[in-house]
Amino acid sequence: MSVRIFIPQDTTACALGANQLVLAIEAEAERRNIELEIVRNGSRGAFWLEPLVEAEWEGKRYAFGPVTANDVQALFDGGFPGETQHALSLGLTEEIPWLKNQQRLTFERAGLGDPLSIEHYQLLGGFEGLRKALELEPQAIVDSVKESGLRGRGGAAFPTGIKWQTVLDTAGQQKYIVCNADEGDSGTFADRLLMEADPYQLIEGMAIAAVAVGANEGYIYLRSEYPVAKKILQQAIVEAEAANWLGKDIQGSGKDFQLHLRIGAGAYICGEETSLLDSLEGKRGLVRFKPPLPAIEGLMGKPTVVNNVLSFAAVTTVLARGAEYYKDFGTGRSRGTLTLQLAGNIKRGGLVELAFGHTLRELVEDYGGGTATGRPMRAIQVGGPLGAYLPAPQWDVKLDYEALAEIKAMLGHGGIVVFDDGVDMAQQARFAMEFCAIESCGKCTPCRIGSVRGVEVIDLIIANDNRAANRDLLEELCETMEHGSLCAMGGLTPMPVRSAMRHFSKDFER
Amino acid sequence: MTSMNQNIIFQRANKIGGDLGTPKPLQIGLPVTLSIDGNEVTVAPGSSVMRAAAMAGCSVPKLCATDSLDAFGSCRVCLVEIEGRRGYPASCTTPVETGMVVKTQSEKLHKLRRNVVELYLSDHPTDCQPTGECELHDLAATLGVSQIRYGKTGDNHLESAKDESNPYFTFDPASCIVCYRCVRACNDIQGTFALTVDGRGFESKITAGQSQDFMDSECVSCGACVNACPTTALTEKSVLELGQPERSVTTTCAYCGVGCSFHAEIKPNEAGVDTVVRMTPDKQGLANEGHACIKGRFAYGYATHEDRIIKPMIRDNINDPWQEVSWNGAIQFAADRLRGIQAKYGPDSIGGITSSRCTNEETYLVQKMVRAAFGNNNVDTCARVCHSPTGYGLKTTLGESAGTQAFNSVAKSDVIMVMGANPTDAHPVFASRMKRRLREGAKLIVVDPRRIELVSGAHVKATHHLSLRPGGNVAFINAMAHVIVSEGLEAKDFIAGRCEDEAYQKWRKFILREDNSPEITERSTGIPANDLRAAARLFAAGPNSAIYYGLGVSEHSQGSTTVMGIANLAMLTGNLGREGVGVNPLRGQNNVQGSCDMGSFPHELPGYRHVSDPAVRALFEGEWKVHLQSEPGLRIPNMFDASISGRFRGLYCQGEDVAQSDPNTQHVEHALRSLDCLIVQDIFLNETARFAHVFLPGTSFLEKDGTFTNAERRISPVRKAIAPLPGYADWEVTQLLSNAMGYPMNYSHPSEIMDEIARLTPTFTGVSYEKLDRLGSIQWPCNDAAPEGTPTMHIDEFVRGKGYFAITGFVPTDERTTRRYPLLLTTGRILSQYNVGAQTRRTANSEFYSEDVLELHPFDAEERGINAGDWCGISSRAGETVLRAVITDRVQPGVVYTTFHFPFSGANVITTDNSDWATNCPEYKVTAVQVMRVTEQSEWQKEYRVFAGKQEELLDQARV
Repeated sequence: MSVRIFIPQDTTACALGANQLVLAIEAEAERRNIELEIVRNGSRGAFWLEPLVEAEWEGKRYAFGPVTANDVQALFDGGFPGETQHALSLGLTEEIPWLKNQQRLTFERAGLGDPLSIEHYQLLGGFEGLRKALELEPQAIVDSVKESGLRGRGGAAFPTGIKWQTVLDTAGQQKYIVCNADEGDSGTFADRLLMEADPYQLIEGMAIAAVAVGANEGYIYLRSEYPVAKKILQQAIVEAEAANWLGKDIQGSGKDFQLHLRIGAGAYICGEETSLLDSLEGKRGLVRFKPPLPAIEGLMGKPTVVNNVLSFAAVTTVLARGAEYYKDFGTGRSRGTLTLQLAGNIKRGGLVELAFGHTLRELVEDYGGGTATGRPMRAIQVGGPLGAYLPAPQWDVKLDYEALAEIKAMLGHGGIVVFDDGVDMAQQARFAMEFCAIESCGKCTPCRIGSVRGVEVIDLIIANDNRAANRDLLEELCETMEHGSLCAMGGLTPMPVRSAMRHFSKDFER
Repeated sequence: MTSMNQNIIFQRANKIGGDLGTPKPLQIGLPVTLSIDGNEVTVAPGSSVMRAAAMAGCSVPKLCATDSLDAFGSCRVCLVEIEGRRGYPASCTTPVETGMVVKTQSEKLHKLRRNVVELYLSDHPTDCQPTGECELHDLAATLGVSQIRYGKTGDNHLESAKDESNPYFTFDPASCIVCYRCVRACNDIQGTFALTVDGRGFESKITAGQSQDFMDSECVSCGACVNACPTTALTEKSVLELGQPERSVTTTCAYCGVGCSFHAEIKPNEAGVDTVVRMTPDKQGLANEGHACIKGRFAYGYATHEDRIIKPMIRDNINDPWQEVSWNGAIQFAADRLRGIQAKYGPDSIGGITSSRCTNEETYLVQKMVRAAFGNNNVDTCARVCHSPTGYGLKTTLGESAGTQAFNSVAKSDVIMVMGANPTDAHPVFASRMKRRLREGAKLIVVDPRRIELVSGAHVKATHHLSLRPGGNVAFINAMAHVIVSEGLEAKDFIAGRCEDEAYQKWRKFILREDNSPEITERSTGIPANDLRAAARLFAAGPNSAIYYGLGVSEHSQGSTTVMGIANLAMLTGNLGREGVGVNPLRGQNNVQGSCDMGSFPHELPGYRHVSDPAVRALFEGEWKVHLQSEPGLRIPNMFDASISGRFRGLYCQGEDVAQSDPNTQHVEHALRSLDCLIVQDIFLNETARFAHVFLPGTSFLEKDGTFTNAERRISPVRKAIAPLPGYADWEVTQLLSNAMGYPMNYSHPSEIMDEIARLTPTFTGVSYEKLDRLGSIQWPCNDAAPEGTPTMHIDEFVRGKGYFAITGFVPTDERTTRRYPLLLTTGRILSQYNVGAQTRRTANSEFYSEDVLELHPFDAEERGINAGDWCGISSRAGETVLRAVITDRVQPGVVYTTFHFPFSGANVITTDNSDWATNCPEYKVTAVQVMRVTEQSEWQKEYRVFAGKQEELLDQARV
């Protein structure tokens, strides 16, 4: 009987040698006359274990990791793919605490099988949400999303149902569904993981949105830095069309939804929804002012739902299992699950999906296991490059939108980047301004000129040049950027700068 | 009459003063009331908070906002506080809401604005361009920002190189604040999309074309960007040279028939003489709404060009040197000669030509002098050679010799048909309006033998380009109607209610004839039947379909027939009498409409009333106190023929250059040489003046008061900006001559002439200078029925009562290709040059286009072994000339094309005597020619060189 071996085709796994590993395992198996069936699955998100090899026998999957090509021979010597006591053996995959303790809804299927197998997707409950949606009135779908309490997972946390309601209520022959897959925050990878591991879930979510608001055309705006996701999505769209989950008259419902994939051109700012729309229209990625909201005048001036990958994905759960089910996860006004991405100087990095309400400390200590260097953690940046740097006393904060806002921080897209005590926070503050200067679209003055001046002023502070006055100036600049910028890029850049100044003041006084 | 001379209070109207920040909202609905700084304000729905605040008199600072462009929201100095809203919304991008409570001033806002301005100043020259205007510096002063805490040593653009490539303006990136106003103006107002921003963030830089300099890019030098620029980054070179203007006079451009309103901005030069510093388009001007083109905006320097002749001159014989004399001397000389000719050859042996470039008042006066002082009807106008078929055709079918719409009507069109016109070159400001509408989604049908820019331009594409063969106009227009009638697409109710049934039934029978079907006309037009059918269906579907046409329609042997065919098509589809539709002749020169209105034709008194009508004559005889002839006089071509045969011996020619502009140059020259007395009144010694005996120096539009009437019947004031160089304005000169001829005229101001016109002309009854000052401009008819003028004509009924479907049988022109002349030559215009080029050639516009060239298709070029840049001999039955070849598939095989902006080109040496059957408008648009590679100039060109050189010498002798 042949044994099935799972080796992820995910970008991270490949970066860590998964492709070479496949060749090595195939060669070794052939040498030993062992019959293997290798499945290129998606990643389960435990990047610290990648490449994570799984062997399936007697219906159970056993994990090994992180495995490199060099380990292969020893692994086989120890009995792989059968029972083995090899040091890389992790036992049953589902029993690995790091995975087992998570509360996975969106990433439930991630890593279980071939991401492009539509049968596999459906076998695991895929397209149930869309099937239900096709039977519902548009308003009922929107009501369900509203009821679930789902808020936009891209970072702004705007209630998804209300956005959809606006598009539904706006008259228009032509409406669009646009997926923001321009995942540019440093230290984030959840969108990519989903698109590479479970692409049909995104397609299903977008189709549900289309049915809900009366759109018949959609675009995925994918960043150019995700070639694997691009390949998978391209194929997934073709497969979904062939299976009539996309295209004309979906499953005989009379509803059409044509989905297109578009690739960005490397600008961070195009993750901002209005720049994204400009870019989709073939223009420079320039931020638009709001109102009008994209829900009313979006792509090509038509009513448009713009949501993040994870928001669309979450909707499939809401529809398939009901708003009540989804809403039961979470706390306060933050309902459902939150996808956190552990990165930076961390021992056990990867994707952790949990209901809202766990503390940051639980996450970085219990899941992350502290720093990779083994030195004490000093600062944690939550919410991407525009998020606040949190010092140890704030690590007990509950991970929900409101609790973070209270301490002048934000959850953003769920990126968590850990720094050990070797970090120079003045340099980190400088980096925040520099990042803004490099990535600013250049439309509004506070961001375009302010970020450049920000770098210069921080340099003067670091160089102890008129330090007190320049600290005041930096504070005023932050205020100008926060209140004067056109979009969140310039508006939020002060958040990491100020948090660094506030909590790590002495780094600015060396 | 002092109102015309009053100094208009100088304000930087287009830059700061009166700018409400964001455009008038398009939304309709109930007004919105909100509170701004404690004041209740009621504004139109869809207004921005900024606009509402400006209307309430609260000043919200702004840099990237201007009411000629949609809000952009980039500068962030217009932030306000709104009760119940988070943060500080930009007032330019926030629409008003009922009950909104807005604060435009607070300590917090003041600080925010100061800090933003400080950021700007950290990358801005301390003193910009010393003579320019900078809204940023003005704002810094207002907000009291004096210190830049960031210093000026940080990253900056202060050392950026200037782009001085354009002859009229400079771009200094150091002063640029990247507000995108120039980019938006180029895109949204002009529609050329020549500018963009290169780079991102702090590296953002305005760039022309593909990182080219302005001169090498697609930029058309309309000046919209310069106008929009809030700093000195884009500044007129004239301002840098002469400094800021001190006063401004609102006047009307003297170039094309769009008739843009401008502010002539003036200051005294070092000698204390008033000098025009620049011309800026007038936002209140209804013809142009703040836009301009390279000609009106920049090419005014000819007015003070050294070639200007400002002293009267006479000579006995055209081979004699010119002699400068006093005004009295010249006038008396002219009057004596004219009277002498009449004594010898009879009263009908002299005549006059009025000009479409002069004012209504001047034109009126010339025809009055001819009729009252000369005692005959030998008066004609240069409109004879451009739009006389329009007058005839529209009068016959609709009842009025004028276009039916206002320019802004195009904003409501769904289908636009452009026939024989090239608006982006010849009527650029209107073209920009049209392109805006096309970008909004209106469909376009272009009927032209040549692929004009509109066929496929920046964000504009014609649904149909019907590339017809020159000479096929009538066959085409008939086929359009044939398809509509035979497919039952006509507007039956409109026809039944508004048109003469008997004529319609007759016409219907005619149009349904098989020979009018596109399958048959295809042979004469070259337009595939299927394309024509599709275009006809599109036009009939509308719902608002408009026709715009130009000289490609009128300048044919059947020009009048095509005009009637166009009117038929508009009636047939019910596209008359409301906005968005209509028949719209695009007039070539500034006052073509006006010169026709003013009775310049030999058969018509002002207001298009026939001289044979005793009642009309009685009216004029009463006012003028003379006896008027009842027989029409000579048309221009008749004058030439009569001159050659010796019956016509004296001609007064004001502001027109017949020797260059009229067809068959050698014939015209023969006629002019045959005259005993040719009096030319012009600002330059033009081609015609080389044959003259008397030269009366004319004045440019900057030097006199009067009115022009544009293509949409809009009478706009021309106001004296600088003193007349020769001492007298043209109307004064005509008056002097008339008095010397013994017919007294005693006007002290052109307003009195207009008052007389109003007394005598039913469509002008309500026009006065006082009203023009008050309203800015007036579209005639203006009378008791329409005291403020008439933007759209024929609303409930046609001027003639019921519309008349005229039979428009196609008769091919005699001018057809043969083995000897196998190609068809057609002529046109280029953006930077105007008409015969007398004005534009004397400006830096020649840097854009310095010689007329012959466009020919690669097939025709290859067959003749002609390469790009070769000299081509072009010969027709009339003559021969030589031009350089440009090889392009813009023209269709078998068709060659040129312009006639330069006299030496001799384009009209080749054009023939063929003309419109009804009006004698020359057939400039079709000449059968042969083209061959040659190595030297034509005989005519050589003779021209010699003759022109000789005349220059004779002029120089006068000046010594």
